Amino acid sequence: MKSGSNLEKVLTSGQFAVTAECGPPKGTSAEVVKRKGEMLKSCCDALNVTDNQTAIVRMSSISGCVLLKGLGVDPVMQMVVRDRNRIAIQSDILGAVALGIRNMLCLSGDHQKFGNHPSAKGVYDIDSIQLIQIVKRMRDEKKFLNGEDISGEVPLFIGAAANPFADPFEFRVRRLAKKIKAGVDFIQTQAIFDVERFSRWMAMARDEGLHEKAYILAGVIPIKSAGMARYMASNVAGITVPKEIVSRMAGAKDAKEEGIKIALEIIEQVRAIKGVHGVHIMAVAWEDIVPVIVERAGLMPRPRL
Amino acid sequence: MIVAERKPIKEIISMINGLRKILVLGCKGCVTVCSAGGEREVEILATIIRMDRKKKGEPVEVMERTLVRQCDPEYLDLLSDSIGQFDAVLSMACGVGVNFLADRYPKTVALPALNTKFYGVAEEQGVWSERCAGCGDCILNLTGGLCPVARCSKGLFNGPCGGSVNGKCEISPDIPCVWQLIYDRLKGLNQLDKLDEVLPVKDWGVSPHGGPRKIVREDLKI
Amino acid sequence: MSGTFKPDVTAFCCRYAVYNFAEDPGGLAEAGFPEGVKVEQVSCSGRVDVVRLLKALEAGADGVYVVGCEEEKCHNVAGSQRAKKRAEYIKDVLLQLGMEPERIEMFFMSRGDEARFIEMAREMIGKVKALGPSPLRGK
Repeated sequence: MKSGSNLEKVLTSGQFAVTAECGPPKGTSAEVVKRKGEMLKSCCDALNVTDNQTAIVRMSSISGCVLLKGLGVDPVMQMVVRDRNRIAIQSDILGAVALGIRNMLCLSGDHQKFGNHPSAKGVYDIDSIQLIQIVKRMRDEKKFLNGEDISGEVPLFIGAAANPFADPFEFRVRRLAKKIKAGVDFIQTQAIFDVERFSRWMAMARDEGLHEKAYILAGVIPIKSAGMARYMASNVAGITVPKEIVSRMAGAKDAKEEGIKIALEIIEQVRAIKGVHGVHIMAVAWEDIVPVIVERAGLMPRPRL
Repeated sequence: MIVAERKPIKEIISMINGLRKILVLGCKGCVTVCSAGGEREVEILATIIRMDRKKKGEPVEVMERTLVRQCDPEYLDLLSDSIGQFDAVLSMACGVGVNFLADRYPKTVALPALNTKFYGVAEEQGVWSERCAGCGDCILNLTGGLCPVARCSKGLFNGPCGGSVNGKCEISPDIPCVWQLIYDRLKGLNQLDKLDEVLPVKDWGVSPHGGPRKIVREDLKI
Repeated sequence: MSGTFKPDVTAFCCRYAVYNFAEDPGGLAEAGFPEGVKVEQVSCSGRVDVVRLLKALEAGADGVYVVGCEEEKCHNVAGSQRAKKRAEYIKDVLLQLGMEPERIEMFFMSRGDEARFIEMAREMIGKVKALGPSPLRGK
């Protein structure tokens, strides 16, 4: 065991994993995090806490993770390189481990221009792949980036994102390979709507044997309304929403039910793809639907390891 | 070249508020080439200042002069006899010129008329864009000659990130994704394998983050 | 006030466009060209640079305009298009100085169209009358 986290246990035991996302509040309420944690704890193996997602200031990922940990949830600390340099990153990692966090997702982060402080100075001292390397070295060699020794263990299960829907498509698998080479243990992909493109990407990954070197969790976003489908189709860089999904949502009598059905279909399809080890459900502002989806997808109960 | 752009007139005007005798000082270097602070722009700005004061009924004397360069003592020293008579010098050089003016003339009020933007190219008449960030440790040999430090919005060394779509950066459809350009170029050069290497973390100690930089060439010093 | 205000307008005109009538101020006036417009002929409207336009305004002109060939048919290809951009640039300068951008205009005309030339002058005089004297006048 690299970290002993619940997520690592589920994945290494060969079971199909379920993770979900918990966005911390734009405020100080621990209750908000706890409420989401209580709602999601029985239906997922680990819960990601986003790190100032879309560059909007929210409660820190690390504190959200600690709150979840207190409920018995296995948290995944997301960390973007947008806001911290190598000094702050390594320091936060030490603190996170001390506080019992065992999973970490290494990300570039949405550019600050998208957020609510668009004139902020972006840090980008290192990039997300270099971050993976740093965490791996901290864990496996107990050394900081500069080669100095770390006192104590750094048991972290290292994750990263992958986006099969960004360009250049042919490079996307090479980039995945780079992340694996850098030392990633698990991958959570961008939300999948175009299953055909995702399965082509997976086939290319399998050709390189990458599905055996890291656990790939397929990203799923349940769509709540036709407006949301249209918005994501046209406004979110790196997400592809096929026309038929937009029109299905637009034509549905019960849009929410249709959104659930689409999510369930996608889960069923990606489960059938060789090398997919789980799903990562990102129900932005619709967290209460996650237990329903996991239940209806036949993924309950979650393993107790 | 260093590419600059004139500050908004209102900002310049408020900067010189109340001053009676002003030297608008151009530079024949980069800012002439990018039409921001050469002889012509000096004349335009001086005229605008006079118009403003005339409108307000506030007297002003605006002198115009353009040096070969403001980043070289040889030319800045040409001002030594006359500079004492001005309430302020409004420099139309890049920030380097303003600094050097301030360095050399401790009693002179040195004001910037331009916003210094970047090291860039003239893409076409009237269009300039950034190419270099002056990071102090060039890696262009690793990236097909195209710079991710200057041209990737996140300065990624192992991009492109997940926001690269149709060759464009996630932050704006007007910004090309330099990692797409790097990919295309290396593919054309049959060097895609270069992208399989994870580029190591960068030494920012030789960039502006490492403190003000200086080069001393003993072989050239007198 | 408008009764006593005599506008002082400077027009920079493309010699090529006005070749057949501009040399005869008497004839122009007879044809209805308004008082108060000083015509300066230039080899091409594209030759009138920003400084020259600004200087005319600085000198106290109530209005300044440039007359060039039809945009797509400039005798010097793009001269009048350049002139138009300069006029726009100066409109922005005037705005920033708290002056009315209408004090500068760009007009286009077909070669030799005297009637149009007179119409533009009247239009500009009308605009300037509405604006009143330039705040830089006589200072």
